Amino acid sequence: MPGRIQSIERAAALLRLLSGAPQGVGLGEISRSSDLPKGTTLGILRTLQHVGFVEQDAETGHYRLGGGMLSLGSRYLDGNELRARALNWADSLASLSGESVRIGTLHKNRVLVVHHVFRPDSSRQSLDVGGLLPLHATSLGQVLLAHDPLARPEGGEDEEGTVADLPAFTRHTITSPDALAVRTAAVRHAGWAWEAEELVEGEVSISAPIHDRRGLTVGAIGVGGAVERLRDEDGEPDMQQVSYVRDAARAVSRELGAIRF
Amino acid sequence: MSQQYIAAIDQGTTSSRCILFDRDGRIVSVDQREHRQIFPKPGWVEHDAKELWSNVEVVLQEAAQKSDITPDQVAAIGITNQRETTVIWDKETGEPVYNAIVWQDTRTDDLARELGGEEGQDRFRDICGLPLATYFSGPKIRWLLDNVEGLRERAERGEVLFGTIDTWVIWNLTGQHVTDVTNAGRTMLMNLQTLQWDDTVLEAMDIPRGILPEIRSSSEVYGEARGYLAGTPVASALGDQHAALFGQTCFDPGDVKGTYGTGTFLVMNTGNEPIHSENGLLTTMGYKLGDEDAVYALEGSIAVTGSLVQWLRDNLGLISTAPEIETLARTVDDNGGSYIVPAFSGLFAPHWRSDARGVLAGLTGYVNKGHIARAALEATAWQTREVVDAMNADSAIDLTTLKVDGGMTANNLLMQILSNVLGAEVVRPMVAETTCLGAAYAAGLAIGYWPDLETLRANWHKAAEWNAEMDSAKREHEYHNWKKAVERTLDWVEH
Repeated sequence: MPGRIQSIERAAALLRLLSGAPQGVGLGEISRSSDLPKGTTLGILRTLQHVGFVEQDAETGHYRLGGGMLSLGSRYLDGNELRARALNWADSLASLSGESVRIGTLHKNRVLVVHHVFRPDSSRQSLDVGGLLPLHATSLGQVLLAHDPLARPEGGEDEEGTVADLPAFTRHTITSPDALAVRTAAVRHAGWAWEAEELVEGEVSISAPIHDRRGLTVGAIGVGGAVERLRDEDGEPDMQQVSYVRDAARAVSRELGAIRF
Repeated sequence: MSQQYIAAIDQGTTSSRCILFDRDGRIVSVDQREHRQIFPKPGWVEHDAKELWSNVEVVLQEAAQKSDITPDQVAAIGITNQRETTVIWDKETGEPVYNAIVWQDTRTDDLARELGGEEGQDRFRDICGLPLATYFSGPKIRWLLDNVEGLRERAERGEVLFGTIDTWVIWNLTGQHVTDVTNAGRTMLMNLQTLQWDDTVLEAMDIPRGILPEIRSSSEVYGEARGYLAGTPVASALGDQHAALFGQTCFDPGDVKGTYGTGTFLVMNTGNEPIHSENGLLTTMGYKLGDEDAVYALEGSIAVTGSLVQWLRDNLGLISTAPEIETLARTVDDNGGSYIVPAFSGLFAPHWRSDARGVLAGLTGYVNKGHIARAALEATAWQTREVVDAMNADSAIDLTTLKVDGGMTANNLLMQILSNVLGAEVVRPMVAETTCLGAAYAAGLAIGYWPDLETLRANWHKAAEWNAEMDSAKREHEYHNWKKAVERTLDWVEH
């Protein structure tokens, strides 16, 4: 029988250490806690980062478990199941906000619409469940970019790592990857996203993340509608609507077991 | 004046709930308690009537308190309930003489056959619209009178009272012994024309009239509540399927609602005259608003719809959760030539064949689990089509829109298939809790919280809509195949 491979044991020890620190840990502390030289520690972390098991926070430089690790061994949440569990909350969000509601999940590098509730008025509307939306130009997508480590906007980066501009849909669409990174950092900080006319002229959308019991972001829920209704005179989003959206996201997350109180 | 709300109590088969609604028909607060299912013998199902009542009391109080709604903010209480379930209790002490016998209980199987005599199960159909079957309350009352010691004598002396669950809740809440036409209509004891207890049936079933409640409309003040909401008018009662019809605002003849759960209940508003079905449907009450003319309905229930999906999950392990049926079914474009007829305990409306058993037909080496998942969803749609065809034939009104509710409406593929096979629009309303909403609407109308049906119609909003995307030649071809599969279920059980 071949012997054990030391570097794999060390990598496993580092992963275990990171799993206890969801906020991230600095290189020095990892090195001290694991009793490994900094150089060795950095080599292992870089390798794990390359395969997607570890990621490094752009601002603090701290390391934490990556999306590839989180999706290993965890059952993927079926979009149809998400819809079934979210049905009542999505209805009540539409009814309170008076706007149409969509729930989106990450599908390759776009947002897949898994649920759509009509705006509660008598206007003619058609279901767009199954449709794909761009990540960078929708608030649903920006929430996923901010919270799901696997989310990458389409066309943002080619195989050599060269950064290209993102496709524009209106003159307000964020096309610069750097500007998008600033936006998603802000979304991560706030816990919700909004965009005005970045996908469609005259429309605003507001979204918040849905978490499951492991704390993973499995989707986003949001409202969309006319800029006159969802944006106030100061150009800020209607905070009443923001609170409806965040309450609905929390309620669905609670339904999925994310919040235990 | 502070904001006012309507409280709807839904005393159902597995739980009691209370939902508070605002003037726009939106849900403001919900509370729910489950109760025990008692199975003394195979086929027997009972509930502890006192437990039902104490749960109702708790949810009524909790629903208000958890949203900081004070008793004086509750303008009226409406009631909807599991139908046909039968309670008899002591008039003085309020103590039930026996557990409530639940609608699913089949202990009256032999008794129902006996009561039919030579004329068979349709003996009372012209009077009450229903065939003799184990579900309905009349035979259950008779069973209690025959089997609970001394009960017949106490009944003759006027010491006990009978009620379906609406009556039991209203009696405990207000002290009044009343029922509404929709619940009375499920006992087999009410005459559909006079809306009063029918002496012919009472005599044939040997049930003393004195134990029966007074039959009232579905929407009027029966009395004032006691307890936490003391003084609040109790202003509506509707059996659950009737409440859903009302909550879906099916106010016009030809309007149909379908509730899709483990089984499916389809109810069509047929206007102010009862229609006796030639096609295996039940004639039942829609609702009656105060002094207005009663509205009648045709009902067709399908025993196995959502439970077929559960069967694929639990017995075959094809999926791990019910919603995954849609994911699996979407891996293919059609049923691959396969059809499932889930006649697990025979075929119900409109066939009524107890000798039938389920089939999986049209199998070839090509069929995979995706095709079977699709065939399972199509089974719900074709069974709906058969009931809707029967409704169209009986009422001479063609369905144009089906208003759906219930858990299975989360399945978008099923809703699309339903629209395809019906060749009609399928719409899901924004408030999925149509049963409670119907009870709230009826109570709110009775006290003037809502002025009229038009206001209620304006409250109704589409959450989603599906339109037929199947050409009629394809639809007829598939229906033909479905009918062939149905034929193959017949004559399986040999008596």
